Amino acid sequence: MRTLAGRLGIGRAAAILLAVAALALLPLLVGRDDVLNFVFLVLLSITLAESWNIVAGYAGQVNLGHAAFFGLGALVARTLWIKGTPILLAMGAGAAVATAFALTIGAAAFRLRGAYFAIGTLALGEILRTTVGNIFPEISTLPTASIVGYRLSHRYYLALVLAALSVSAVAALATSRIGLGMQAVREDEEAAAASGVSALWLKLMALALSTGLAGMAGGLFAYYHISYYPSHPFGPHWTFDALLMTFIGGVGTVRGPILGAILYVFLKEYLAVRWVDFHVLVFGGLFIVTVLLLPGGLVQAVERARRLFAPWGAAPRKTNPPAHAATFSKRYSE
Amino acid sequence: MILSQQLILGVMIGGLYGLAAVGLSVIFGVLKVLNVAHGELIMLGGYGAYWLFALLGLDPFASLLLTLPLSLLMGLGLYCVLFGFVVRADEETRVKNSLLIGFGLALTLHALAVRLWTADERSIDLSYGGTVIGVGPLAIPVVRLASLALAFALIGALHLLLTHWRWGKAIRATAEDWQAALLTGIDVRRAYLLAFAIGTGLAGAAGTLVSIGYSINPSIGLEWTLKALIVVVLAGLGSMFGTFVGGLFLGVAEAVSAAAFGGPYREVVGLVIFVGVLLIRPRGFFGQ
Repeated sequence: MRTLAGRLGIGRAAAILLAVAALALLPLLVGRDDVLNFVFLVLLSITLAESWNIVAGYAGQVNLGHAAFFGLGALVARTLWIKGTPILLAMGAGAAVATAFALTIGAAAFRLRGAYFAIGTLALGEILRTTVGNIFPEISTLPTASIVGYRLSHRYYLALVLAALSVSAVAALATSRIGLGMQAVREDEEAAAASGVSALWLKLMALALSTGLAGMAGGLFAYYHISYYPSHPFGPHWTFDALLMTFIGGVGTVRGPILGAILYVFLKEYLAVRWVDFHVLVFGGLFIVTVLLLPGGLVQAVERARRLFAPWGAAPRKTNPPAHAATFSKRYSE
Repeated sequence: MILSQQLILGVMIGGLYGLAAVGLSVIFGVLKVLNVAHGELIMLGGYGAYWLFALLGLDPFASLLLTLPLSLLMGLGLYCVLFGFVVRADEETRVKNSLLIGFGLALTLHALAVRLWTADERSIDLSYGGTVIGVGPLAIPVVRLASLALAFALIGALHLLLTHWRWGKAIRATAEDWQAALLTGIDVRRAYLLAFAIGTGLAGAAGTLVSIGYSINPSIGLEWTLKALIVVVLAGLGSMFGTFVGGLFLGVAEAVSAAAFGGPYREVVGLVIFVGVLLIRPRGFFGQ
């Protein structure tokens, strides 16, 4: 705890602890299922976005097949759990299968650079979705006994733990030796390799961590949802959601995906009441603006605002530069 | 017999794959920009033809004369508002940023189409839509045959445009080496603008043809983007007719796999070919 407080500053460490404590007490304080459902969705989205952020934000690879790993986690966990395996074990197995699959295809997939990696993984995700849809065409519904015993608070706490785990993993990664290596690969793969960093190894590490968390998130989804088509968690919109939340929040930062997830779920839930799918319109537009004008996302916007409104007083706190900004907005001088 | 009937239908849809891919290929080859919203532009072209038919009773083959220029104009607009900013970056960043922007555009256009026109499946019911030409036991739908011929004609026209028109040559020079093109006095930015507009125009035309023999809904974008990408990766850049043949090949491959493994797997075969080609040539055939 002392190191945590030391690294973050007392105030921030206290704020984080307070937030986690408040979230942990929420089911006891608020009995309303709609509130719990909402926070559950935020937590699931944070996990999904942070997991995507590891490969995209730190290792610099845009993975458009992320849903495949979410889906694999859901498929394995759901199957095992319905057959009587304890949910934690089932989720672990789902994550293991997702990671194993990622490592199997990883070495080949990482031969593709930049946009080719992106479209290659997109195709891979679609192959898996179609195949799973063909093999398991029936809707998967929980047995009656499980529905009777369904407790939302169990799902909620699991989501809270998982979100905390993902955020901590990314926070630990950001300053670790491995994480710094990944960022070196992101900025310039050749230069990183020349200075002794094994690019492929680091990218595989990032992919393994990312898909493991995505697999867990998939397991959580399988535990949460009463009935859905097995191909649903493989749908490309899971990847797209993760991408939007991460980019709008701030790719390559720890806070970005959290901000993005909160905003996204909020807009989604509240706009959906009146206009179905309107949030996609808003977020698609916001996303384009982000890529063109504000490559650091909301995190960068907040930084700028802080600098703008605090011209006097203490010098602005030193923060990491918007990590991916260099990669995504390199310009040539004509 | 069923197989040869399937093959004929495969060739016909393959012509549209080719047309869709040619548009993407022109944009990628010249601007080095990957517009993943290409499928959504096809979808919009389809809706254009659909509404012209439903509201004004315009024959969709005739409405091509309207949807193609309108799509060209939309391409001009999109370039000015979005993609014109992307081409300022160096090539690697350009591909990555265009991918992201195209992606945002795809989501936005899809959501907009759902808002405006609902998610319903639509197709144009022509009075002569059911006409078939019988060749022995095989039935060739006239409408789809006409679409195939039109797709081929459009690609031929594009070929002539790129080889004989002054600006067509400039576009090809820019695709070859934009720096050298700049040095010889070509306005590279304008070549970019024209190439992007032409690519978008072809997407609109492809969408119009899709709405005639097949059906459209707001979600067909991703599918068509993937089809176009598969064909471009297969056929490489540079030859318009090569891309058209690549489209025919994909159509036939789908028909064969549907016959061999059952209908639901027809979507998978193209993707498997795609991933396979990428693994053998990690930069696709774009890399040259």
